[in-house]
Amino acid sequence: MSDKHIDEVSGVVTTGHEWDGIRELDNPMPRWWLWTFYATIAWALAYTIAYPAWPLISSATSGVLAWSSRGELRTELSAAEATRAEYAARVAELPVEEILADDTLRQFATSAGAAAFRVNCVQCHGSGAAGSPGYPNLNDDEWLWGGTAEDIRATIAHGVRFSGDDETRYSEMTAFADILDREEVATVAAYVKSLSEGGDPAGTGADIYADNCASCHGETGKGEPSLGAPDLTDAIWLYGSDVGEIAAQIRTPKHGVMPAWQARLGETTVKELAVYVHSLGGGQ
Amino acid sequence: MKFAAEIFGIGVFAFVALMGVAFAADDLFRQHMWVLLFTLAAFAVILMRRTSFAPAAPADPSAYMDEPIRYGAIATMFWGVVGFLIGVVVALQLAFPQLNLEPWFTFGRMRPLHTSAVIFAFGGNALIATSFYVVQRTSRARLFGGNLAWFVFWGYQLFIVMAATGYLLGITQSREYAEPEWYVDLWLTVVWVAYLAVFLGTILKRKEPHIYVANWFYLSFIVTIAMLHVVNNLAIPVSIVGVKSYSAFSGVQDALTQWWYGHNAVGFFLTAGFLGMMYYFVPKQAERPVYSYRLSIIHFWALIFLYIWAGPHHLHYTALPDWAQTLGMVFSVMLWMPSWGGMINGLMTLSGAWDKVRTDPVIRMMVAAIAFYGMATFEGPMMSIKAVNSLSHYTDWTIGHVHSGALGWNGLITFAALYYMVPKLWGRQRLYSLRLVSWHFWLAMLGIVVYAAVMWVSGIMQGLMWREYDAPTTWPARRAAPCSSPARW
Repeated sequence: MSDKHIDEVSGVVTTGHEWDGIRELDNPMPRWWLWTFYATIAWALAYTIAYPAWPLISSATSGVLAWSSRGELRTELSAAEATRAEYAARVAELPVEEILADDTLRQFATSAGAAAFRVNCVQCHGSGAAGSPGYPNLNDDEWLWGGTAEDIRATIAHGVRFSGDDETRYSEMTAFADILDREEVATVAAYVKSLSEGGDPAGTGADIYADNCASCHGETGKGEPSLGAPDLTDAIWLYGSDVGEIAAQIRTPKHGVMPAWQARLGETTVKELAVYVHSLGGGQ
Repeated sequence: MKFAAEIFGIGVFAFVALMGVAFAADDLFRQHMWVLLFTLAAFAVILMRRTSFAPAAPADPSAYMDEPIRYGAIATMFWGVVGFLIGVVVALQLAFPQLNLEPWFTFGRMRPLHTSAVIFAFGGNALIATSFYVVQRTSRARLFGGNLAWFVFWGYQLFIVMAATGYLLGITQSREYAEPEWYVDLWLTVVWVAYLAVFLGTILKRKEPHIYVANWFYLSFIVTIAMLHVVNNLAIPVSIVGVKSYSAFSGVQDALTQWWYGHNAVGFFLTAGFLGMMYYFVPKQAERPVYSYRLSIIHFWALIFLYIWAGPHHLHYTALPDWAQTLGMVFSVMLWMPSWGGMINGLMTLSGAWDKVRTDPVIRMMVAAIAFYGMATFEGPMMSIKAVNSLSHYTDWTIGHVHSGALGWNGLITFAALYYMVPKLWGRQRLYSLRLVSWHFWLAMLGIVVYAAVMWVSGIMQGLMWREYDAPTTWPARRAAPCSSPARW
């Protein structure tokens, strides 16, 4: 089978091999093909000298251009910081109410606040800011310490019952276990529950409420944001909505703590967070 | 007695499956073992009906063993129809989400069914059938190992059935193109070693002085897929009677292993294997010699050496270290010409026979297949360049690229090979209708070209939209949370 012969059509000699009638011409490799192949190899070598490429024992060559994807990210991040510097500066100097009034600044602060919220706040308030028992829902319109942007800013900045901040929001509800007997607590708990369901303000328990509760929660139960006293007439309950849970809260109240964020995040970010939280639906 | 050992073996295997049902550690394993048991039982019944107590006529050792190839040709067509149909279904599921029928026929289970059915069931059967056809004729030797070729064929079908039913039941190890769990992987390993034995044995007993180039490609495909399959699927099962297993690798090493496998599934299954097909069927159909022996040697060795390093380009802009990304990219670019060597050798083989493109739709199909091969092997290295990849990755462009390769190259070269092979296997003078082949060709061309073009448009659009999202003017939204952003998709 090893007889070379000339292919009649092309005039090229064959290799002399034949398999099942298939012969092979002894054409050279096309020059353009070969040189392009060499060029890609040369380019590859040059590229691996320029960029991180060859693995060593515990690291790799870093390339003469000293490029790295982390370095590129740092560059892009600082470029982004530079483009936002102008807006950030204005956020820093204006009070939150004025940030809200300026459309561009409000959008900027809202998206920045959303990002900061995802990193710092979702652990307690949830990714949708819907809260959970003991951690207020930020989407509704009940605000323990006030719902204006400035109120929200102050709460975020200084926290609630946070021992490390002198200006922190502070209040503690009296533990009525020592003042009222169980029956009185049960009666006033049922009364408070009825307030949230549109019940008669003069119904059973109204007298106990007036003597013990109205000073903070108000005569009509509407609450008092300056004292952190919740509104009792809505259906929003931080520590549970059934009468037993309300009674437990009257006897030995739980008090949540929120850290002060200003020292950690800085004034600008706190303002951005306030604008974002204000935008969630219930801001006043 | 005919089939005595086979029936006995399947009986034992079925008993093992029954034990699997009885002692299953989880419900999925129990269900999957039921599937295995019924499949084996059905197979045993068929074999028993075909058994005979008359002594079997000894096979003619000088004749080619073509019966498994005939079965393989039919299996290729069958799984092709199944795989393409599932592709249409998953595409419709994207457009009409209500077609996601819980729990078995949801997109997440149907998509691997589509990719595996097309690559491994359609492509795999085509490769096994044509490699058996080609190796016998170019070695002038009957397949080695007697009925081992039958074991390869049926064992592979069993693998396909177990993989496919596993996906639908929700059994997956979540590795791209390697979703079957550990016990199905083990079975494929057994089948694949048998395949290697049949193929290599046939080459070793060849009556030709040299090994034909098509067989180099087929052999590199079989050997490399064995290595890739074993390493990628190294895992510790939670229980030997349960479906779940844990990969031997973790984190970025696991990701790189997976894409080392995934990319070379493309390189050695869909490229090297199908080049083997091309190197036999194109010269046969064109009745012309192969263009250049030297080119075939150089591009073969360059291709198999370079391909194996290119996998990291699937992990650009990820946690994979920069150096590995660089190497993945430059090896991909160097792969361009070795890939095109196959295209040149295929197309130039037609010199002196170009008139047949007008008259012979099978040749036309081969030319189109090689053209799509050339286009896809240019597009691939281009997409592996980081600057291009930052636009194309995670978009429809990638899916379009895969389909112009899979439908255009693998699909058309397979159909052309079948059109050549089937009349010879069944002893016919000619195909039933060349006009139908012509219709097939033009419909396929129309579909593939439209598919690729549409995916370019939508893919580039998606890439540009990612960039817009990523533009510095919107950065405050992700400034403090870079981890949650789709960095450079």
